[in-house]
Parts: sequence; C-alpha cells; structure tokens
Amino acid sequence: MAKPKAISEFIIERDMEKCIKCQACVRVCANDVHIWDGESGETISRDIKCVGCHFCEELCPTGALRIKRNPSETRENAHWKKGYIYGITRQANSGGIILTGMGSDRPHKNYFDCLLLNAAQVTNPSIDPLREPMELKTFIGGKQDKITVEKLDSGGWSVKEKIQGLLELEIPIMFSAMSFGSISLNACKALAEAAKVSKIYWNTGEGGMHQSLYPYADRAIVQIASGRFGVNVDYLNNAAAVEIKIGQGAKPGIGGHLPGEKVSEEISLTRMIPEGSDAISPAPHHDIYSIEDLKQLIYAIKEATGYKKPVGVKISAVNNVAPIASGIVRAGADFITIDGIRGGTGAAPVAIRDSVGIPIEIAIAVVDQRLREERIRNRISLVAAGGFRTSADVIKAIALGADAVYIGTAALISLGCHVCQKCYTGKCNWGIATQDPYLTKRLNPEIGAKRLVNLLRAWTFEIKEMLGGMGINAIESLRGNREQLRGISLNEMELKILGVKHAGEAW
Amino acid sequence: MTYEQLKNLEKTSRISCGCGISGIVNRNGNAFSGELIISSICMMRERGNGLGAGYAGYGIYPEFQDRWCFHIMYDQPREKENVEGFLETRFNIIQQEPIPIKKIKSLSFVPVLYRYFLVIKDEFSDGLISEEDFILETVMSINRQFNNASVFSSGKNMGIFKGVGDPDEMAEFYRISDYKGYIWLAHNRFPTNTVGWWGGAHPFGILDWSCVHNGEISSYGINRRYLENAGYYCTFYTDTEVITYLFNLLCRKHGLDLEISGYVLASPFWSKIEKEEDPGKQGLLKTLRIVYASALINGPFAVVVANSDTVVGLNDRLKLRPLVAASDSDFVYVASEESAIRKICARPEKVWMPEAGEPIVVKVNNKRR
Amino acid sequence: MVKPKRIHIKKNYCIGCRLCEVYCITQHSKSKDIIKAYRGKEVKPESGIFFEEKGSISFAIQCRHCDEAPCIEACITGAMYRDQHTGRVLHNREKCVGCWMCIMVCSLGVIKMDQREKKAISKCDLCVDREFPACVEHCPNEAICLVDSDGRKITEE
Repeated sequence: MAKPKAISEFIIERDMEKCIKCQACVRVCANDVHIWDGESGETISRDIKCVGCHFCEELCPTGALRIKRNPSETRENAHWKKGYIYGITRQANSGGIILTGMGSDRPHKNYFDCLLLNAAQVTNPSIDPLREPMELKTFIGGKQDKITVEKLDSGGWSVKEKIQGLLELEIPIMFSAMSFGSISLNACKALAEAAKVSKIYWNTGEGGMHQSLYPYADRAIVQIASGRFGVNVDYLNNAAAVEIKIGQGAKPGIGGHLPGEKVSEEISLTRMIPEGSDAISPAPHHDIYSIEDLKQLIYAIKEATGYKKPVGVKISAVNNVAPIASGIVRAGADFITIDGIRGGTGAAPVAIRDSVGIPIEIAIAVVDQRLREERIRNRISLVAAGGFRTSADVIKAIALGADAVYIGTAALISLGCHVCQKCYTGKCNWGIATQDPYLTKRLNPEIGAKRLVNLLRAWTFEIKEMLGGMGINAIESLRGNREQLRGISLNEMELKILGVKHAGEAW
Repeated sequence: MTYEQLKNLEKTSRISCGCGISGIVNRNGNAFSGELIISSICMMRERGNGLGAGYAGYGIYPEFQDRWCFHIMYDQPREKENVEGFLETRFNIIQQEPIPIKKIKSLSFVPVLYRYFLVIKDEFSDGLISEEDFILETVMSINRQFNNASVFSSGKNMGIFKGVGDPDEMAEFYRISDYKGYIWLAHNRFPTNTVGWWGGAHPFGILDWSCVHNGEISSYGINRRYLENAGYYCTFYTDTEVITYLFNLLCRKHGLDLEISGYVLASPFWSKIEKEEDPGKQGLLKTLRIVYASALINGPFAVVVANSDTVVGLNDRLKLRPLVAASDSDFVYVASEESAIRKICARPEKVWMPEAGEPIVVKVNNKRR
Repeated sequence: MVKPKRIHIKKNYCIGCRLCEVYCITQHSKSKDIIKAYRGKEVKPESGIFFEEKGSISFAIQCRHCDEAPCIEACITGAMYRDQHTGRVLHNREKCVGCWMCIMVCSLGVIKMDQREKKAISKCDLCVDREFPACVEHCPNEAICLVDSDGRKITEE
C-alpha cells in the first residue's frame, strides 16, 4: 500500500446518555480531537488525533468521556511488540527520528521496587513522629572532613573554619531542572512559589531565568548548560547555587533543540537569543573537552560569584559514572547531580531515551561507595534525579547514599500532567509543556503551587513515619545506611553493587 | 553449636542485646579495689542472662605503666605461636604470661588467655605514623589475619577482662578483686541469640579507650562506613566497637575534646540549636552536625567510655536507655540503675539523671604516673 | 447598605470551557441535575453568566450587583430590588411586567430576556440558595472566585 493510514493509539468512548453537548471538550482540546457538527447536532471525536492526555475526560461535567487504549492488536509476539512494528512503519513513512517526551517507559528492572526498608522491633523502639522531633534538614554543598575548635577564655568555643556556601533544605527534596521553553512560565511560577513556601529549591533548567521569576531567585539553582542560554551576571549573582549541566538522564551524550517556532518574545528575552531562531544546545560544552576544562569553568564561576555559592555539576548516569564523579569532586565541585535513565525531558529521540544510561539506584550506590573509598565523600553533596514516584523511592535513594533528590515528573504530575509523552508537540492541554497562550493560561500558578506544596507535605509525613519506624530521628543517620535496606528478586551481583543484603539476612 | 560455630556466627553478624553498665572513677587518681565495681554490676544481675560480662580497669599495672599491654585470647593453643611470631617482628616483648585466673566449674569453654607487655621496636618508632596509629594497625592486623586469636585489650596501664558468663563468675575467674585501679568499668550482657565466643563480650577497647554500652544503633550502617573510610575496620560487628572507634577518631585524630565529641555523637535537635543563646556555641553545634553528619548515632544508647584520664557518660538524644550518675567526695559513679550506685555508696552527696544528649565528663587529676 | 459578596474574575486563568454557563443553568433549573436539565423534558433556564473571548483572552461575566444599580432605578414596578440582608440585586418575577428597561440601561449587558416566561428577565442572583455560587465552585481553574466586601478571597476553608 502506498499510503497506509496511521493507527490510533487511543479510542474515545462517549456515553451518549450522559453527553449534554456543552461542547467543553470541543473547545479545550489542543489537538482538535472533538468537533461540533452543527448539521447533525452531535459532537464527533476523531480518535487518530488523541494523545491520551485525559484533559477532556477530567473536564467533562457529566463524566461522559472515557479514553482507552486502542484494542486493535497485532499478533502476539514477545519480540516484535506493537510499538516496534509501528515505530518502523512511521520511520518508513517519514525518514525521521522518532521523538518522545518524559522519561523512559521501558520495563527496565526497577531497583526501587526490589529494595525493602527495615523497621525497629523490640530491641530498639520505633519513634513516633507526632510526639518526637523528626529531623529532615539537609545541607547541600561541600563540607570539611574535620574542624579545629578553640576554647575561649570566657569558657565558650569558637570554630576556626567557617561553614558557608551551603543550601539549607527543610526536606531532602528539590524541584528538578525544567527550562522555561520546555515548560510554560506559569508552570515555572508554580514551582518557584512552592519551593519558597516549602523552603526547598527549584532549578531554572537551561533556559535562563525570566524577569518575573527574579523574586524567587534566592531559592533558585541556575543552570549553565552547553548553550549558555540566559547566562549573565545577574543570573549568577542572584541565584542560590549554580549547576553546570553536562548531561541529563533522558538523553545522555546528545544535546537539545528548541525549534524556532517556539522561541517567542519572552523566551527570546530570557534565553538571550533572537526571536524565532532555533535554540540549540550542543552535545558537549565546547569549552569542556576534558576534566581540567571543567575545573577551569567551575573556578571561573566561583570567582564570578565570590566563592559564596555552591557550584555543582549535573551528569547522566552512565557506565563510568563512579570515576567520572570522582573526577568532578577533584575538579572542585560542591555538589553532583546524577540523572538516571528514567529522567524526563521535553523532547528526545526514543531510541536514546530508552537505551542510553543506567538506573539511578545503581548510580547512587556505586558513586557513594567510590567516593567513600577515596575518602572524598564529604567534599560534595550527591543529588539523585530520575523518576522518583513516591516517598519510599526517595527514602531508598537516601539510604543508598544520596544527600537529596530532585523530582521532575512527579512535580509535573501534581500540576496535571498525565505522562502522555507528547511534550515535544507543544500542545500540552494541561498548560505545562507549551508556550501557546490559549493553553498556558490553563495552569493557574496559585493552584499549581498549592498542589506542589501538598505533594511535598504528604511525602514529608510519609518519610517521617518510615524514618521513625526504623528507630531513626535524623535523616543524616539514614544517609548511606544500607543496613536499613534489604533486597528481593536481586541476584548476587546486583546485591553486591547496591551494597545491600538479601531479605532474610540479619545483621 | 560448637564454640567454633558460635564464634563464626558472632564474628559475621550483629547480635542485639540489652545490658547493664556501670562505671566508677576516682577524680584524684587514687586507686581502689575491684571489689567495688563487682558489687555494683552484680547488683544489676537481672539486666544480663549469664551470656556475657566483663570489666575494664585503669592503673592496674603500675609497674609496667609505660609499656603497651596486650590481652590476647586464643581459641586454639597453636595460634599462640603464630601471633607471638608476629608480635616479635614489631615489638620487644618485655614480659609475657598467662592472665592470672581461677578455674570455675560453671564455665564450659575457656580460651587460652595471655598478656604481653610490649615496647615498639626502634625501626618502627621513628616512622611516619604515630605510636598510637601503629598499635591500632597492629591490633587490626592480628584480629583480621588470625582467625583463632583476638586482641581484646591494647592500652597502657589498663586492661579489659571479659568472657561468657555471669558478672560474678567473670569477677571470680579473672580475680578482679586482686587489682586496684582509679577507673573501673563493668558490663553485664543480655544477648538475644545464643553466644559462646568470649571475644564478643564487653567492654570493648582499643588503645587506652574502653567502652561499655547498652543499646542498639539504628545508624550502624553509616557509622561503620564512615569509620572504615577513616581506617577503622569493625571486625567485632558490635555497636560498642563503633562507639569506641568514633570516640577514638574524634578525640585522637581530629583533636576534639570529649565534651565536643559527645555533641557530635548525640547532637541536639535543630530546634534546640536554634534556641541556643550563645552564638559561639550555636555556631559550633551547627558546624559539628553538618561536618560530622555520618558520625551521629541514632537509636537508643547509654554508654560509659573511658581513657586514661577521662570518663564520659552519654545518653542518646531521646534518652531511650537509663543512665544515672552520682558523686561523693572524689568519686563519681555512672550506672544503668541507681541501685547499682547505692549498693556501693549508700548516701552519695549528689545523684542526678543526665539529660538526653548531654555528656557527663569526669577528668582525673594528678593521674598516677 | 450591606455590601454584597462579589465575584472576582481572573481573565488570565479562564480556559474557555464555558462550564460556568453549564453549571449556572443547572443550578437555576427545576431538577438541579445536569443531565436532567439538559436532556430532560423541562425547558432550560438562561445562564446568568456570559462568556466573552477575543484571541487567547477570555472570561465570563455576570451581574456585578452594583452599589448604584441603574437597573433598580429604571425598574417601573420595583421588581428589581436590593436585598437588605445580603446587599444583592435581585429580581422578583411576580412584579416584573417585561418592559425591559433594565436590559437597556445595564452598561455591561448582563441582563437578558428570559425565554421561559416572556415577560421576566434572567440575571445572576449569586445563587441565593448556595454558600458558593455554582460558577465559583465549578470553575476548573479558579478563574472565578468569591470575595468579601473588603476584596478578600473567600475560600472553602
């Protein structure tokens, strides 16, 4: 066949008894799935255009809509699954790279689901977080290994070394880097406001900082990515910390591309590029070809910011993440962000998103262990990123060795995202991954901020309960404490790499 | 299970236990008989189950006060030759003898117990590492290499005596009442598993540090990793070992005084630090918590730690294990129960309960030399 | 005069779904059930809230319950009156003769002829029998909110 019709991924079921023909669905769908046929007086839905974002389903006042996966199946084939067949068909049609959004959806082994937590019983009492203090306070930045304490004549003490340039977080969670450009300004505002209220930090991503977000700059970690978008002296000086982005978990080793049509006036001003021009972030930083180049850049930023703020480096979790991390510590970084294979993105080629990189659980385990063996662990803080779904995932990451975690996808889901993976089209019905003013107004930043604060509060309570259950009342006693984890469905090698015993093994 | 099997089990796994602890110190360094400490710990007989007890005394070897003294237990007599060969490569052995004991019928297995008074050989004493680090490294080497030997005391003018039995059995066995010391610690153990290995009993010691402990550490996993990266290998798999090494690391290698070390191990809550009025102390507490986060001990504990001139008593931040202190003329007492103190000092001048996380530090003046 | 609670419109957040109109109609219908009101036999009332849009900007507007209401002035029978307790401008169907003077004087155009009874008019009444007007409660993006006489937002908490 010369022109095979594409197959819908989703089908829309409309309950005609319930549909009141209010046409709300017609008005709101950015993909023009629903249309009103004046002649017949009916709403018609065109399945082929549906991306499965569920905006219409959740808006419909009578619940008349149901979005389902298209049951049209290919013959069972464990190797040639439907997705692979259609992927090739599309490439034969177009000759192009297949793009996608969000994090990898492949069934790679999920190590968080294979790790279980301890609870104290009998020999050690568990602690009730409602009655006793449960401390989650976390400091991000480089710390000394030891300090010199001088006794004063007055009887008090003074510490010779001054601790400075640390980020203080009430809970070990921060918002991951999502650039203005990949997400809307309203989404950025929601994240910034929630970070301020919850006393954590948000990350500007590689798109620079919009003027309207400067009031939140004191809680912002600003990124310096390979395209250097938006990097100027105000950007660096107003921020709380600076992060040099070498890579991200969703697309290790390749750069990024924001098409010219999406570079509106606001984006052009924020990124410091001409309106309508493509914003290309090259694969490497063209001034960092080796570890000594990175050291040069780190110190250049430290000089520019007066050595007052932590300067960190973000890398993807790759095969050699342990020695790379070790090198980064010695290059003078104050924190390292590691983004695992489940990390999200606005746009990446499917093949790279799903096959390049390693899981964050393993990366944290090996990096933490390597840095401790080399006795340089205290010099940096380790921030883990890449697909944290629940507070249990967060606590497990900390037990493996992370100082704090970044959440990206979870934050967007709080704002309404349904992980339809079509961010790269710019037609996000939830007003998140779009710059279209018809769509961005759907994300009310006040509501968004409230929802994010709610998520953080809920996870904080859960973390406190789990910590108390283990008989621990300060998060630093769980950090790197793998004795509190046990593995199931893991082989010997996996247990060894994670540094964790198997369930059933006692001390 | 055989002794060997019990030993291997205990050497590779942690055993939770409840316990009783007691410590007596004479502030002026005047030595007193071991009878006192025996009375004290035996008063708390119910806190143990006959599966472990021990004593640590300071000032007990006045005639060898400048010599390093190793107490070594051998599960197999032939291991003695191997270890002595190893010692001879590093030390001049001034005197070696069996530790004086009295045979007691109720003790089923008794290892061979020897003590050695040592001087480091010249070729090792002007090296790059300090004398203490050399002894530390020697002890770690012996305990890791020789499966049937354990060095269980390694200080100067002090000694630890311990094994599997009741506190009165151990006292009689080791003839504790024959010794005089100016600091005495004692421990009575209640392990949750069957134990047989004498090396697993408490007190635990390294160099001239010894520690008796009641509790279970929830932060053990990270405390141990932190210590391993600082060169301390936890071969005994006990919480007591971790606490002793932490004190050793902070005081000896990092030069922090004992009170400050107490603030590292049992840091006050942030809410309390924020209310601290003295800005110097506030800055110190905050800095300690940030820099030494991996040394914070979480979980219930009451410890008494001693070295040649100081005794420290410390509770965890929530005071989940009991600890009582008392003082009377130049004696200071610390124990799990007040009865253990009143048994030996009926009306002390002062009795108090230390606050959670606030260390009691007793320094010994005019240390006998 | 008691000042009424007011509706505050946030045009930046209106998503153009027009569900405010749907719920206003439902609230003022006989059955007060959305499916019955739309698909049942009864004639639907008019909406008291009206959607406006130009380009990407949109919002829905209703009677402002003005402090100096020209509609009350213009009403020849006194059918348009101010409720003393709540300060709202309300309409008494019995007294209305359908002269439509109120419609002509309203500068915002938020009074409409009622198709059900040819003489009466339909207008926002701030949902007299509810704590929160239907449009406020159901706007999916909080583009319509209720504020008190000092302009402070009234929320469910």
